[in-house]
Amino acid sequence: MQAILDAVFMLIILLDLAMLAVSRLASCIRIFAMQSLLLALLPLAADTLHVGIPGRHALLIAGVTIALKAIFIPRVLERIIRTGEIHREVEPFIGFTASVMIGALLAAGSFAVARRLPLAEAPLSDLLLPASLSTVLIGLLVLISRVKAITQVIGFLVVENGIFIFGLMLLPQTPLLVELGILLDVFVGVFIMAIVVHHIRREFDHMDTHLLAVEANSAGAASGGEG
Amino acid sequence: MSFWRTVLAIPEFALVLALPPLLSSIIARTKAWFGGRTGPPWLQPYFDLHKLIRKGAVYSRTTTWLFRAGPIVNLAALLTTATLVPVLSQHSLISFAGDIILIAYLLALGRMFTVLAALDTGSSFEGMGAAREVTFGTMSEPALFLCLAVIAIATRSLRLSEMLGPQLFAAWHAVTPALLLVVGALLVVLLTETCRIPVDDPATHLELTMIHEVMVLDHSGPDFAFITYAAALKLTLLGSILLHAALPMPDRLAAVGPLLRLIELAGLALLIGVIESMTARLRLNHVPRLLAGATVLSGLATVLILTRGHG
Repeated sequence: MQAILDAVFMLIILLDLAMLAVSRLASCIRIFAMQSLLLALLPLAADTLHVGIPGRHALLIAGVTIALKAIFIPRVLERIIRTGEIHREVEPFIGFTASVMIGALLAAGSFAVARRLPLAEAPLSDLLLPASLSTVLIGLLVLISRVKAITQVIGFLVVENGIFIFGLMLLPQTPLLVELGILLDVFVGVFIMAIVVHHIRREFDHMDTHLLAVEANSAGAASGGEG
Repeated sequence: MSFWRTVLAIPEFALVLALPPLLSSIIARTKAWFGGRTGPPWLQPYFDLHKLIRKGAVYSRTTTWLFRAGPIVNLAALLTTATLVPVLSQHSLISFAGDIILIAYLLALGRMFTVLAALDTGSSFEGMGAAREVTFGTMSEPALFLCLAVIAIATRSLRLSEMLGPQLFAAWHAVTPALLLVVGALLVVLLTETCRIPVDDPATHLELTMIHEVMVLDHSGPDFAFITYAAALKLTLLGSILLHAALPMPDRLAAVGPLLRLIELAGLALLIGVIESMTARLRLNHVPRLLAGATVLSGLATVLILTRGHG
């Protein structure tokens, strides 16, 4: 059991790195869905390890996570790609090989940091903390190093996945309501972002946030010139 | 025990040296089967080698001794490697602490002479192939070294035959995730070093896309036989390192070990044939990404094993 859990955490880190390596938006979304699916199984595994059978709390969390993050949100994102008529490539600021290397360094860094963090109780697996930290950090890297608004949404979701892993440690103590509230927040967040992305495209005919900044700058410069 | 080891080592080594063309044959037959053809006879690679050995060699007037030395040094380096790598049993012919470093550098020496011979012809195509071979070589080497480092840490040994022996079997229980990563990285290294499909296409006839084959275009006769045999031998040796790392055997299986290894090697050749039939060759500028991936996998494995210690 422990070996399988370790392998799952390792797979989560590998999926993070794969996210940095793939060049197509659709594969990016599929990787996110796969990672979410793995995450959803973790509360069940935790309960099985502690009590023997998965409790109601864990079952509910797993079910909602699968429905929302492994099925619904990927569907919404794929719909944006299909209807948005956008280029199906990722367009990174940092090259793919370089970002994988940076991602690996971040993962190595989180392994080093995780050893030094004092924890109240022993986590599910030695790999839980490094997996959580590296997922958060690589999610941030995706957020800042990709051009498109939609990849930034994916980055945000990956960060949330990392926080979810971290929250696994507190699973027995957290009330169900709090976790469902977080999931609802994510859901609403993605919903709003989907609408915003749609509007950016309608307004400017593309979703390139880099050009958005240029636009803002030129607007600022123009108003500065007038004043 | 040690007397019997010495006696048995000689037929074992002979078998190891006789095996490589058969593995190429298995790969060729698998690919033929996927393509709906019958494929060449099982012993065709042996016939080819026999035919090439009997032929004379043609040397261009622009080439120097380097061109003639290339295939010979390459073959010699690989034959020396064959004495250091455990293939069928747990033991290699020669073994000493740190022999893994020698193995890595023998492989590099063989590559260097192949590249020098290619450059010596003065052909622009061969120069291109040489540049690619060296580029990808420099990128797969760190992955190989990191993999070996992980195995060395897991088994606390620097002898290859100990690293891949029963100690590794015990280590698999303690550090499964790290060793899984190592196996993945080693497979990529194997496919790169032996010029197999995601990286290089051994069957292509377009000079622009060839890597290994383009470097040996000017070799003929016995020289070409040496090159073909050396390539198959390299596949066998790196393949057995991979197999020993992926499926270490406990001591109690030592008696049937060699037979199992033989079957596993055939299975590996089958796997390579399947990979070659099912995947397309990567675009040249995507290959570094694959190799960087392998390096990252093995780097992650190193971090894992360093932070978790060894059970």
